[in-house]
This record gives sequence, C-alpha cells and structure tokens, in this order.
Amino acid sequence: MTEQSTTRRLMMQFAAPVGAVVLSVIASAFILMIAGSNPITAYGDMLRHAAKLETSVSMINRATPLYISGVAAAVGFKMNIFNIGVEGQYRMAAIFAAYVGGAVALPTVLHIGLILIVAMAVGGAWAGLAGALNTERGVNIVISTIMLNGIALGIIAWLVRSWQAEGEIVVVGVGTEEIDDSGLIPNLNFIPEFFGDIRSEELTGVLIIAIVIGAAYHVLLNRTVFGYDLRSSGLNPLAARAGGVPPKRMVIIAMLMSGGVGGLVGIAEIMDKGRYNPNFVGFLGFNGISVALLGRNHPAGIAVGALLWAFLDASSDILQVTGAAPKEIVDIMRGVILLTAVIGYEIVRRIRVRDEAAQAAARLAAVPA
Amino acid sequence: MNDLKRTWNRAPAWITWMIYAAVGVFILTVVQSLTDTERLTSATTSSAMLRWAVPIMLAGLGGLFSERAGVVNIGLEGMLVLGMWFGAWGTINYGPWWGLVIGILGGGLGALVHAIATVSFGVDHIISGVAIIIAAPGITRFLSSEIFANYEGGSITQSPGVDGVGKFTFPFLSGGNIGGWTSPDILGWFIDKGWWFVGDLASVARGLTFNLSQMTVLAYLLVPLSAWVLWRTRFGLRLRIAGENPQAGESQGINIIRYKYIGVLLSGALAGFGGAFISSPELNGIYLEGSTLQRGFIGLAALIIGNWRPTGVMAAALLFGYPTALGKRDLEGTATHSLLLVAVIALAFIVLWALSRQKTSDAILAGALALLAGFWFLSADTVPKWWTDIQPQVFVILVLVFFAQRLRMPMAVGQPYRKGET
Amino acid sequence: MALAIELSGITKRFPGVIANDDVNLAVDAGEIHAICGENGAGKSTLMKILYGMQSADEGEMKVNGTAVNFASPGEAINEGIGMVHQHFMLAPQLTVLENVILGAEPMKRGNRIDIAAGKEHLREVGDAYGLTIDPDDLVETLEVGERQRVEIIKVLYRGAKILILDEPTAVLVPQEVDELFRNMRELKAAGTTILFIDHKLEEVLEISDTITILRQGRTIATVKPGDVTTADLAELMVGSELPTPETTESTVTDEIALEVKSLTVLDDDHRPAIDDVSVVVHRGEIVGVAGVEGNGQSELVNAVVGTDRVQAGTISLLGNDITHASVRHRREAGIGYVPQDRHHEGLLLDAPLWENAALGHQTKAPFSSGPWFNRAGARERMEHIRQRFDVRTPDIDVSAHALSGGNQQKLIIGREMSASPEVLIAAHPTRGIDVGAQAAVWDEIRHARSAGMATLLISADLEELIGLSDTIIVMYKGRLVAEVDPATITPRELGSFMTGAALDKEVGS
Repeated sequence: MTEQSTTRRLMMQFAAPVGAVVLSVIASAFILMIAGSNPITAYGDMLRHAAKLETSVSMINRATPLYISGVAAAVGFKMNIFNIGVEGQYRMAAIFAAYVGGAVALPTVLHIGLILIVAMAVGGAWAGLAGALNTERGVNIVISTIMLNGIALGIIAWLVRSWQAEGEIVVVGVGTEEIDDSGLIPNLNFIPEFFGDIRSEELTGVLIIAIVIGAAYHVLLNRTVFGYDLRSSGLNPLAARAGGVPPKRMVIIAMLMSGGVGGLVGIAEIMDKGRYNPNFVGFLGFNGISVALLGRNHPAGIAVGALLWAFLDASSDILQVTGAAPKEIVDIMRGVILLTAVIGYEIVRRIRVRDEAAQAAARLAAVPA
Repeated sequence: MNDLKRTWNRAPAWITWMIYAAVGVFILTVVQSLTDTERLTSATTSSAMLRWAVPIMLAGLGGLFSERAGVVNIGLEGMLVLGMWFGAWGTINYGPWWGLVIGILGGGLGALVHAIATVSFGVDHIISGVAIIIAAPGITRFLSSEIFANYEGGSITQSPGVDGVGKFTFPFLSGGNIGGWTSPDILGWFIDKGWWFVGDLASVARGLTFNLSQMTVLAYLLVPLSAWVLWRTRFGLRLRIAGENPQAGESQGINIIRYKYIGVLLSGALAGFGGAFISSPELNGIYLEGSTLQRGFIGLAALIIGNWRPTGVMAAALLFGYPTALGKRDLEGTATHSLLLVAVIALAFIVLWALSRQKTSDAILAGALALLAGFWFLSADTVPKWWTDIQPQVFVILVLVFFAQRLRMPMAVGQPYRKGET
Repeated sequence: MALAIELSGITKRFPGVIANDDVNLAVDAGEIHAICGENGAGKSTLMKILYGMQSADEGEMKVNGTAVNFASPGEAINEGIGMVHQHFMLAPQLTVLENVILGAEPMKRGNRIDIAAGKEHLREVGDAYGLTIDPDDLVETLEVGERQRVEIIKVLYRGAKILILDEPTAVLVPQEVDELFRNMRELKAAGTTILFIDHKLEEVLEISDTITILRQGRTIATVKPGDVTTADLAELMVGSELPTPETTESTVTDEIALEVKSLTVLDDDHRPAIDDVSVVVHRGEIVGVAGVEGNGQSELVNAVVGTDRVQAGTISLLGNDITHASVRHRREAGIGYVPQDRHHEGLLLDAPLWENAALGHQTKAPFSSGPWFNRAGARERMEHIRQRFDVRTPDIDVSAHALSGGNQQKLIIGREMSASPEVLIAAHPTRGIDVGAQAAVWDEIRHARSAGMATLLISADLEELIGLSDTIIVMYKGRLVAEVDPATITPRELGSFMTGAALDKEVGS
C-alpha cells in the first residue's frame, strides 16, 4: 500500500469526528448567540477550566465509567446487537455490589474482588436475560433491554428501601450499608500529584480497571477466535453461521460479556461514595452508548470519546459557575456531535469503499493479465 | 369444527377484535366477582385506558408508517419527547389546537434528521435511532432552561399548565348532543340496571364513549384512516413497495427515496402528536421532563404484536395501556392485585392454546407463570408499589414472549437502499 | 424496416472498468433480437441504460426514430419500453394485482385506487397475449414460471411495445422455455419488438431473428442465426471455444463419504420441505442434484451443512453420525461449503481477504492455535489461495467487496479446497461469473475429485450438471424422483423429471 493512501486513510478516519466537533462548536455558537450569550466567553471559560490540573483529574475520573460503559456497549455493537440496557445493568450491578460489599468484612484483595465479581455477575445476568429472551423466544433485544431498564429502576427503588443502612440516626435516603475501607479501591493520586496540586480531587483507582478492560477488549476482538466469531457475526450473520459460528450461543455470550462489563460502570461511584444511595449517578448507560458510537467501537476511539464527553461534563460545571452560557448548551453540543459524527462516518465509509474498488480495479488493469 | 375455523378466519378484523374484547371483559367481570374490587370494568378505568393507550398507539402507528416504508425507527421515543415539549410550548402560547400542530412539527423535525441520516446517507437505522433518543432530551432540556424556566410556574424540568381542547360524547351510546338535542343515553340505562356482565360491558363501553377529549377522538380516527391510506390509495401502495421490495418499485418508476422520507416524516409527526397528547390535560397537563415512560418503545412492541396493521396496533396499545390505567388510581394496590388473578386465567388460556398447537415449551412456561401468579395472588391482599410501577414493562415482555414469533414484518425493512443498486 | 431501437457509441464507465465501450445496436421493429455475451461483457449495463436505470457517459439513443435520453425507468416506460429482469422484481407479500399496477395505478377521485378497473385491464392483457394469472394471488404463492408471467404482464399492462428480457430462461427448465418461446412468438405476431439477453447459444439460435454479440464491453458482431453455428457464436463471445464441463474417466470409489438416509425436513408450516430423501456420495464421486428452485435443494444443502434442523432421518460423514451435530463440528470434520449466494453467505464483504480466508475454518490451523487467532497463518494461507487459484487482486488486504464476482468465487473455492475437505457441498458454484473463472472452478472440482474428494453439486445449469456429475439425482416437491446417468440423459429429459412430468419413467441408470 502506498504511503499516500495510508495518510489519506488516516485523514479520513479523523475527518468525521473532528468535523463533527467543529460543526457542533459552530452550531452551538449560533444557538448561544440567539439565546443571548457570548459563545467566545463561554468557550474560553470551558477551555481555561480544562487546562487546570485538577480539572484534568476530574475529567479522567468522569471518563473512566464512561469508557467502561462504552466498551460494554461496543461488545454488543460489534455483533450488531444493540444492548441499550447498560443503563439498567449497571445500576442493578451497583446496588447488589454495594449491598454485598457493605455486608461483609474481608481482607482488601478479597473484599474488592468480591464486589467486582458481584457487579459483573449481576450486570451479566441482567443482560443475559434479554439475550435469552431473544434466542429462545425471538423477543427484540432493543425492546427487551429498554423494558428491563424500567424494571430495574422499579426493583432498585424497592431494594434501596429494603437494604437501608442502619445506624443511630436513620436518615431516609442515605443508601445501603457503607463499605469498609477494605473494600474500597485506593486512589492513584500519586500520579497527578507528581505534576502539581490537585486540590480536593482524587484520581480514581478504577482507572486501572478501565485500562485493563480496554486492553482485554482489544485482544479479545482481534487476537482470539472468539473475537473473529464475534466480528464475523456482526459483518455477515448468515455467512458467519455457514462458517460454523453458533448464532444463539454468540448472542448469549455477547450479552453476558456486555452486561458483565456494564456491571463495572458504577464501581467508581460506589468506591467514591462507599455505598449505593438513591442519587446514584444516572445516564451512564446512554452516554456510554454515545461514546461507543463516537469511537466506532474501537478501544482507543472510545477512550477519546469518553474524554470528550468528560470535558463537556466539566464544561457544564464551569458554565454554571461563571454563567457565561446556560450549562444545558453542553447537551446540545453532545447531540449535534453524535448525530453529525454518525452521518460523517457513513459518508467516509462510502468514499472508502468506492476508492478501494476503483484502486483495486485500476491496479489490476495495470498488471498484465 | 373446520367450518367454524374458516368462518372465523374470514370475518373482518373489527368483529374478531370485538369478540376478543368481550371475552376479556367477561374474564374481568368474573375476577371482579371473586375479589374485592369494582375497578376492573369501571368506566373510569376504561376511560383511563383509552387515554393512556393514545401515546403508545400513536407511536406504534408512527412505527408502522416508517417500517412499512422500510425504515426502522426506534428514535420514536426521542420524537415523543420533542412532541411533548413543542406541544406544551405551542399550547401555552397559541392555544391547544395550534399546540398540537406545533407538537407534530416538533416530532417531524426529529424524524427529518433520522430520514436524512438513514435514507440519504445510509446510516444504520438503529444507530440513527439511538442517536436521536440520546439527543432529543438534551435539546428539550436546553430549550426548557431558556424558555420554560422564564415562564411563571415553569422550571428547567417542567412547563406551566397546558390547556385542553373541547369534549365529545357519542350520541345515543352515551347521550351525546346532536345539534343541541340530547340523545338517549343507552349505555347509561344499562349501567343503572346493574346486570352482571352486561352492566360491566356497558360501563367499559361507557368509558370509551363519554366525555372524550376531541384530541382523543382524533387520535383514534387515525387508525381506520391509516388502514384506508395504506391499502386503498396509490400513495399507500407505493409506500408499501418501498418497504417490501424497493428495487421492484424503482424499476416501475417509483421514487423510492421520496416515499421513504414521507414514511419517516409521518412517523415523526404521529409521535409528535403522541407527545403533545402526553403534555395535554388528558394525561399530564404540563410538559414534564422524563415522562415519556418508554412509551415510544412500548409503541414499537405494539407494532410487533399488532402484526404491522393499524387495527392491531390499536388493540395492542389498548392492551398495554390497561395495566397502567388501572394502576394509576389504585393507591392501595387492590385492583392491581386482582389483575394477578386475571393473569392466572389468561395464562391458563395460553396453556390450552399452546397445547393445541403442540408448542409444549410455551405451555410449560405459561403454566409456570400461572402458578407463580396464583401463589402471589393468594399470599397477599395487595401488591407493593414497585410492582405496579414495573407492571407495564413486565407485561410487554410477557406478551412479546408468547406472541412475537413468526409475525410478518415488511420484507425490506432495515435494509439500506441506494438508487440504481440491484 | 423501421428501427425500433438504435444505440450508437454508447459508453459507460465505472470506477476501474469500462462496462460499455462505444457500443452500437440496431433493432428492427417487430423482430426478436438477441444480445449475447458472457458474464461481464456489458449486456446488463447496456440494457439498464436503455431502460433508464443508468445513464450513459457518451453516445446516443433513438427509440422509434426519436432521440431520447432516459433519466428514469418511468421515462422509458412512457416510450413503450418494458423490462423483465432476470431476478424478478416482485414483492412477494403483495398480490399479483398490486405488483402489476404499481406505478400505473388506475385512479378514482382522492388518490384512491380503482381496483375493479385494474383487475379488468389485467384480465384484458392476459387474454390478449394468452397469459393466465389470478390477480388476487399473493405472489409468494406462485411458482417460478408463473412469476415470470406476472413480470411479462407487468410490462404489457403498460402498453409496452418494446420488451427487454434479461436472461429469461436462466430459471426455466426446457419445457418452460418452450412455453416462453411460444409466448414470445405470439407477442411478435402482435407487433411487439423483443430484445433479449441470453448466453445459451442453442436457444438463441432457435428463437431470434438477429443476434448481437458483446465482448468486454464492445460490440463484436451482428449476425443472422442462419449464418452461424453455436461454435461460431462461442468463438465470437469469448474469442475461443467455450470450455466444457465434461469429465473423462471415472474416479468413483467404493468408500462412502457422505450418506443421507431417509431425510425429512419440515418447513415453517410443518410441511415436509424434504420428504424421505436418501443420497450416497462416494469418495472420488460427484453427485449432481437437479431440480427447479424451491423443490428442496436448498433445504438439502442446509440440512447437510447443519444450518437447518432435521426432523427424521440420518446424515453421516465417513461413517460418523452428524445428524444433529453443530455446523462448526461438521466443518471441522471435513465438510466444505460453497454457498449459492456468495455475497450473503460466503463472504465478509467489508473484511480484508485474509480474514475471509479463515471463514468456516477459524478454529483449525493455520488460522488458530487454541483460542488464539493466528493472523500470520491466515495471511499465509490467503497468499497461497491467491496464487494457486488465480484470485486477481492487488494484495490480500483489500476488502472482499472490491473483487469481481468471478474472483470472489475463486477465493471461496480456493478457501474450501485448501482445507482439503472430505466432502464438498457446492451450490451453484459458477452462477454469474465469467467464462474464464467458470472454467477454473470446473478444473478445480475435477482435480479434487480425482484426488478423492466427494462432491454434492447443486446447479440450475443443466450443462454443468450433466458435464461434471458422475450421477444425477432429481428433486421434485421435496422428494427424490429420479436417479439418472449423465452419460445418457439429455437436458430435455432431465427437464421433464425436474417438472414432474416423467415420474413413472426411469432413464439410464
């Protein structure tokens, strides 16, 4: 392959997401102006804020669960299975993990390990349920995962009350029993503190888990036979089936894995707060799906997407403080980025296909038959 | 026996649905006699069912038009959100009917994005739908923060109150007015008599015919209208070919792209109507963030159960709307509790039906669920609130589990289409 | 005589290939004019341009003396041109009437379709041309020959005076071809001009008044059937003699490789798609399966490969029972599969070639060791396939969709053969590929056969079946109705078995 085509290819890969961000910035600037805010001031505030060290730490903290959620969604997407249920899976996993974690006292490694295992098991089971409904009864996975999201919220509302922590002062809404220190993953503050003062932020240790998950995802997808089965099922389910890939088993395993990873999405919050409380962070499922779409299900792409989303989160906070623009403009930006990126990827793909066919034919014609 | 089957299969859809409905009411009446509640067949419940079913039905009809044109639209939930917001805003500023129009346009805008992405750019239908589901709430939140937050009585998450449209009562059946003359109230007469089952039928029918919002009537009129458009008009035939075999349509000179666009835009318009309805006094009476309650997806489930036909969608929507309607006023949980007994009976029927078709796994599953429901029914007098909350979703899943297989969706739905490709 | 169609200098380019290169065509009014050429010669593209589905880059078109330039099929239809496609353009879930009137619907006020008028007109057209069909039937209930009739009525309904038929006999047995030709003569007598694409040379000589031959996008010659033989035509089409699928000495052994016993497979409505069928394939043998599409051949293939479930009967491979084994197990045990639809079942179009080389074999060496996928091994194997099976590609990293149909098929054949299967299931292995690739595929199958491979060959190409097979079985309505000797059977006789016309006769064996 010629150098020119590789450069061109790389450029095309990035054209869509970069273009999406640029478009979003311009569109949001327009909207801000209409709404009476100054986009330059707003963007300036956002960028200045992001440049601070403690904001970087905060961004990585926010990006971590988003990344895990993105990988969870991507595992399914690679097989054209749309697990929209990460939202419910991570919450179910979180409350069970918090409950079990608060109920036992074990040496650190075991304690943390138990919490993680419970989270993965519950998340996996909740997703596997949708998978089984699909393979055994033909129930559409999109619909069943969404329904299970709703059901999860209902069940959790009940569980939070039943598993209410006991103490001298019983405060309704405090959440589950607090987890002992032995069950909390230590932070990684020593890394950023090497560069400067990070005030009250703590770099979450769950970052390690996220990195491990990303690496495992990459290896699984590209270096294992299972990964081959998964990808071929997504590229062409009929051909994959004729090639020996067991269709039903793949759906179940993919859902179990997706849900299992999804179960870990809430761990950062659990470790941070030490319990599951009724104000548990929400929307990580849908945002994870966005990030996976933005990153085109690629382990590195998802990371970039997660950081971008985290940046927008942090920007939303600072805008609330400075008042340069309504913080909800961030939601608009997210929506525009997602929609334009998704369209942009398709355009790039079509150009690439056309180019490839033309190139191949041209180079063949140049070779004497 | 076979003659009976043949006559049943040939009967027009509305007759078979009426008979199913009558059987349903019968079961409810029986259960009511056995338990302590009056609510299962009361007019308030059926009236609530009628209203609660509207967003589901409209979302389902929206999905129908889109999928009949070959485009999967799971972004309906997002279009409902847009309809909710724009419907409320439009009504507050311009009155209820204009509000409806603006709500429809809002949903249509979301659909336009979906159409451009999927039809013109070939983006995967589900991905585009997911993007819209995610983007729409962000947009409405921003709009709320800029607009509703500045209204009196409004905030970032809700709007001030929304006005409604006029009422309609069926003449003869429920004593509606015809040109100033009050017609006899036949159903009312039956209800007063209080006869077993007949009285229940009458009170169910009463809820469906008395003091309905004109918007509700309009929504239900869309069902026969949709059927007529799809099967009796040229537009409908051309739309359907886009979903069955677009290449064939193209070879016969049809502009497939145009019909796909129209199908998707219609689906957004219908979902927008549904959203506006949610904000109207018929349901919420305000715009309230997060109150779609997954009805866009339940609408898709209704589409599947309804076998991609308008009357089927309506029937499924009513079915899905019933438990929610019952649960809303059932603060003690007694009526929902008796629904468990209804479930036992219905599942028993399913066991028989499955056995008659030699589907043993279905029968076993239904039987196990029936036993579970039976135990629960007997072991308590009420049901906890969280069960009432999740009941609609559980119901949807169960209906899909038993009835979703081997239904006929349009053949080319979900496939990317490019002009000139074979 | 007046010219119904006159094309001059038509040129059409696609990225990397010139589909039509300065093509000239002159069709007299009221004649039957054949367009001949192998796959890839440019016939379909030319017809698409004529019908408005594509537009030419250069050149002129005249219809009945008037210069035209169609931007859509609608415009061509208005000029009286109708096209019957090779792959039927019908919506199976709609009725015959709906399919026929689509695009030319009779109207009542308010966008309503005048259904009665539509049925009336359809009946008239059918009667005028001797084509019988029921307007209320759902198309999915119709047989292949009936569906073709619906296609023809579709164009006649619109008053087409110029018909384009694209490979109309590809899906028909000889008896149905006779019926079609009868209809064509009747149409000609009524003043219709017929343009048809065919590469079966005997048919072309039988029915046409004039023949135009295309090769590699150019017009090579225009001849009268009385002046040429099939050999002449073949030479014009490919520049040399057409390869034949004939096999020479028998390499059939006594060892049974694949045995299917009393197989019954039910369809979605619980009716038998395959009813009590038994087949034996020995090592070194090619067993051909003949049958009109829809009579159980695909189900037989799926049952043996493992993608469909079996209700009764057994399948055994080298003596081992695989009746309920998974697809993966069967592939690992030595079943190779060349599916009938290479795009939908045989390839991952968006994946690079070396990944496609692993499809179906990813659990064995050289593609994997244990759970790990071996990229280097896959690439090496792909290089081997590319060289040994002459897959024309600039490198092995291009995506599969960039290859031509013939090269894609060579890749699939190469992939399966390189894995040294015990039994090869080949479904329509040379469908839609050019003559060169076709010859290559036949060679490979013959070569592997003499090395001991057993082959189950399903094909609609009767020449291919008769030429390659050691024995032929015929499937009709899910049953095995005949077992014949290719050495003594003719295509016509085979056709009558395939249509159930000769159930009580047995020829050869």
